[in-house]
Amino acid sequence: MTEYLLILVSTILVNNFVLVQFLGLCPFMGVSGKLETAMGMSLATTFVLTLASVCSYLAYTYLLEPLDLAFLKTITFILVIAVVVQFTEMVVRKTSPLLYRVLGIFLPLITTNCAVLGVALLNLNKNNNFVESVLYGFGAAAGFSLVLVLFAAMRERIAVADVPVAFQGAAIGMVTAGLMSLAFMGFTGLVNV
Amino acid sequence: MWTSILIAVAVLLALAVIFGGLLGFAAERFKVEGNPLIQQIDSLLPQTQCGQCGFPGCRPYAESIANGDAINRCPPGGETTIKALADLLDIEPLPLDAEHGVEQEKRVAVIREDECIGCTKCIQACPVDAILGAAKQMHTVIESECTGCDLCVDPCPVDCIDMVTLQPDIRAWTWTPPKPTIIATDRTPPERTGVSA
Repeated sequence: MTEYLLILVSTILVNNFVLVQFLGLCPFMGVSGKLETAMGMSLATTFVLTLASVCSYLAYTYLLEPLDLAFLKTITFILVIAVVVQFTEMVVRKTSPLLYRVLGIFLPLITTNCAVLGVALLNLNKNNNFVESVLYGFGAAAGFSLVLVLFAAMRERIAVADVPVAFQGAAIGMVTAGLMSLAFMGFTGLVNV
Repeated sequence: MWTSILIAVAVLLALAVIFGGLLGFAAERFKVEGNPLIQQIDSLLPQTQCGQCGFPGCRPYAESIANGDAINRCPPGGETTIKALADLLDIEPLPLDAEHGVEQEKRVAVIREDECIGCTKCIQACPVDAILGAAKQMHTVIESECTGCDLCVDPCPVDCIDMVTLQPDIRAWTWTPPKPTIIATDRTPPERTGVSA
């Protein structure tokens, strides 16, 4: 039980995928302009990441490994991720047309979110079992959501702040992201997984 | 050597076929009929069908908004509708476009019945079929159906239609909202003057 908790703490805080491992920076900078959009994107990514982590684990363990086809893992994972993203897109389009419009191009772009493929590959490297893979994927997504929502909230505040002309727009965003990353580095050594 | 390549190709092919089938099933299962956004916008518009926005009715205007048209062209809906639309579409609310009319109290048409000559012109003009009557018979307005769109006033040859302002009753009355600048962070940022310190 403790291990599972440690996996969650590790992926959310200590080895945060965005701020410590620098995966998935594109949606982190791209969709963080508005808090609501950021939340929608977080939910979609959480769903995709967890599902993709599970599916790629199953595909690897029950298909590729018995057939001795481990060299096909990257292309298989990409196939799995693309399918999961397509599926999510259909569901979002049906259930929340507004969210579908707001997320726009970023929804299909989850396919190219390197955190998704990163989780699938890291699961293999760490020899995670099924439950651990689920938690690892979910923790990665929760960490991503956490920093995305925090960052979006900050950017909404920065938008009305009196920022020097040279730093306005993307520049202050980058500076903020860097400071957040520094802050998250402070969690190093909290747990060791 | 060749067998392993063949197996690899076969496995990938099988995976692709299975996933393709799944997606095909999902596409059928989660099919979207029409554009649901238009329906959501349409349900927020007041359904007066008055045409003051420049479109023949509320639904065409809803379609146009969904395609990115301005949301501030509906005088009967007024500020409330604009705010609801801005909320739905996640954009900034705009003040009502004066070109299309000004916001008024809710009104209904009332026919002065002894002056009515029964010409049916107002019946043809009414977009919501709220006027009852027949040729050479006195007409009257069904008050609960009338949307107060003004369209019947002009066609009347004897000018016997009045627009009567409804007194706000206990269901329609609203408190005057406070100024939007009451919260510090909602105020406009200070003016930037060249290079800031």
